Amino acid sequence: MPDRFAVGQRVRIADRTPPVHHRVPAYAKGRVGTIERLCGLHGQPERFIRDNGAPLTRLYRVRIPQHSLWPDYSGPAQDQLDIEIFEHWLEPAE
Amino acid sequence: MSGDGHTHDHDHDRTFQPDHPEPTSDGARIGLALRELLIEGGYYTPAEEREVIEAMSGASPENGARLAARAWLDSDFRERLLGNGAETIKEMGFDLSPTEFTVLENTDEVHNVIVCTLCSCYPRALLGMSPAWYKSFNYRARIVREPRAVLREFGVEFADEIEVRVHDSTAELRYMVLPQRPPGTEGWSEERLAALITRDSLIGTQRELT
Repeated sequence: MPDRFAVGQRVRIADRTPPVHHRVPAYAKGRVGTIERLCGLHGQPERFIRDNGAPLTRLYRVRIPQHSLWPDYSGPAQDQLDIEIFEHWLEPAE
Repeated sequence: MSGDGHTHDHDHDRTFQPDHPEPTSDGARIGLALRELLIEGGYYTPAEEREVIEAMSGASPENGARLAARAWLDSDFRERLLGNGAETIKEMGFDLSPTEFTVLENTDEVHNVIVCTLCSCYPRALLGMSPAWYKSFNYRARIVREPRAVLREFGVEFADEIEVRVHDSTAELRYMVLPQRPPGTEGWSEERLAALITRDSLIGTQRELT
C-alpha cells in the first residue's frame, strides 16, 4: 500500500479514544502538525493487544508547534514537539 | 481446586530465580505468575530471560558515548547514524531491533530532549537503565508542557533564539541525542572524547559538556 502522507505535509491527529490500548497521548489528539519523517511499518498497538498487530501500518513522526499544543505556552514561537503517530490516526489538514 | 485431570502438584520446579525482590503487591504477583506460565508453556526459557537481563544490566551510557564520540570524529559515520540509526549502530556491535533508533543532533540553533509520556521507553542497550526521574510523572508530564522550565531545573539555560525540540517516544522508536562537541577538544582520541559525554547529555537534559 502506498504511503498516504509525505514529508512536509500537514496532518491532523484524530481526536478519538477507542476503548482499547492505544499509543496516542491525550494532549496530541486533535492537533495539527507536519510530517517530519516516515518511520517504517509496524504493528498497530490496538490490534497487538488481541493478536499480532497486523496489518503492519506506516508510522510517521509528526512535528507540532508547542504554541498550538498549549495556548499558554510561555516559550518562543519556534519550539516544537515531535511525536510518533500511526497512519490510521492521521488525516490531511489545511 | 481438586477436579479430575488436575494431575500436577503445586510444588512447581524452581527452574529459575527471578532477578527481583519477592513480590509484595498484587501487580508484582501477577507479573511473576505470568512469567512462570510463559516459561512453563515453553514460550521462552529461563536461560533466555537471564541473557536479556544480563545484557540490560551490562549496558551503560558508555555505549551511547562511544557512538557520539565516533560521530564527532567520523563525518561519514555521523551522516549514516543520523540517516539510519538502527542499521548504523550494528557496525559498533549494538542492536535495538525490532524498534527503530533515531539520533537527534544538537546544533547552535536546536536543542533536543527525549521523553516517553505514556510509559518509560528508553534505549537501554545504549544508555543502560533509565534514571528514576526519567520515569517520574513529574518529568513526563512537564517536559512536553514547559520544557524550558524543566531544563532550567537541570541547569540548562539558553537563549530565546534556540529552538527546543521535545521528542515523545510513544511507539516504535528509541532516541538518543547527539550533543555538540565542546570547543578545545581538537585532536582528542575517540576514547578521550567519549569520557566527556554524560548520560544526561544523551537524553538532552544537559547541553554543555566540559
